[in-house]
Amino acid sequence: MRRTLLSLLIVGVVGVWLRPAVGVGLEEQTQLLAAELRCPVCQNLSVGDSPSEMANQMRELVREKLKNGESPEQIRAYFVSRYGEWILLAPKRQGFNWVAWLLPFGAILGGVGVIGFVVRRSVSKSRAPREGPLPPLDPRYASRLQAELKEWGQ
Amino acid sequence: MATWKKLIVPIVITPILLLLAYGFKTNPRQVPSPLVGNSAPPFALSSFDGGTTGLEQLRGTAIVLNFWASWCFPACFEEAPALEAAWRAYKDRGVMVLGVDIQDREADAKAFIERFKLSFPNGPDPQGRMSIDYGVYGVPETFFINREGTIHYKHVGALTKQMLQGKIEEML
Repeated sequence: MRRTLLSLLIVGVVGVWLRPAVGVGLEEQTQLLAAELRCPVCQNLSVGDSPSEMANQMRELVREKLKNGESPEQIRAYFVSRYGEWILLAPKRQGFNWVAWLLPFGAILGGVGVIGFVVRRSVSKSRAPREGPLPPLDPRYASRLQAELKEWGQ
Repeated sequence: MATWKKLIVPIVITPILLLLAYGFKTNPRQVPSPLVGNSAPPFALSSFDGGTTGLEQLRGTAIVLNFWASWCFPACFEEAPALEAAWRAYKDRGVMVLGVDIQDREADAKAFIERFKLSFPNGPDPQGRMSIDYGVYGVPETFFINREGTIHYKHVGALTKQMLQGKIEEML
């Protein structure tokens, strides 16, 4: 039973991993490419998600270009040549664009570093031996402490 | 340790402030066209009155290619008289004004043309191919194509008479 489940899991994972390489249908490929393009007439929507007429026309053009044998890279390059890199929802991993890709990870690392530093400092402070003599005990508590210690001793 | 502590705040804050200053300085709605300075994409426009015109036929002519729609109010309504005036003033000086009606209904587009008595060729872009080819992301947008077929300038928003005159004169 465990073996069957494991084999199914492996087949599933490998299948998902290989899917783009094996080849997807025209519709699916159109949708995948459309999801990478920014809808020019919308607010933060992809061509794949937008119901606008322009997005519809762009999806149709992507479909037609795929049908004519153009590769996804060629189609992306076509849209970039018309609209600029702005049309890509995810900036290309090159030049100054690396800032957009790496800054969030840098911020997370920095945050973790700051938290670690603060925690380490507070822990070491609480562990550090106290310097100088202890302040005198309040006489009210001193007598109570003595009484309770006596009680415990019995 | 104390110097390091004093420096860390400006080191972290300064790039963020610079990035914000750069962001606030730029207009998020203004997307620079990669087409400016390059050859205009070829097109063939079938006008509402039945004629056909294309970039190839217009080689040697300066072109004002205007993308509009009848629902684009007020910008397209504001610039329509200026476009008609420019067409009348420059049509005998080697200038062609062309209107491309996008994402519109034919009846509404024809009513718009009638309303402003537009006499320059206007045609629809039914599949949106021409607007996508020109990287249009809204209306009105206007491309000034010089006699060599290179995009000289792109204007986003309503045109004025002065702006039209200035850009056309630059191309002549």
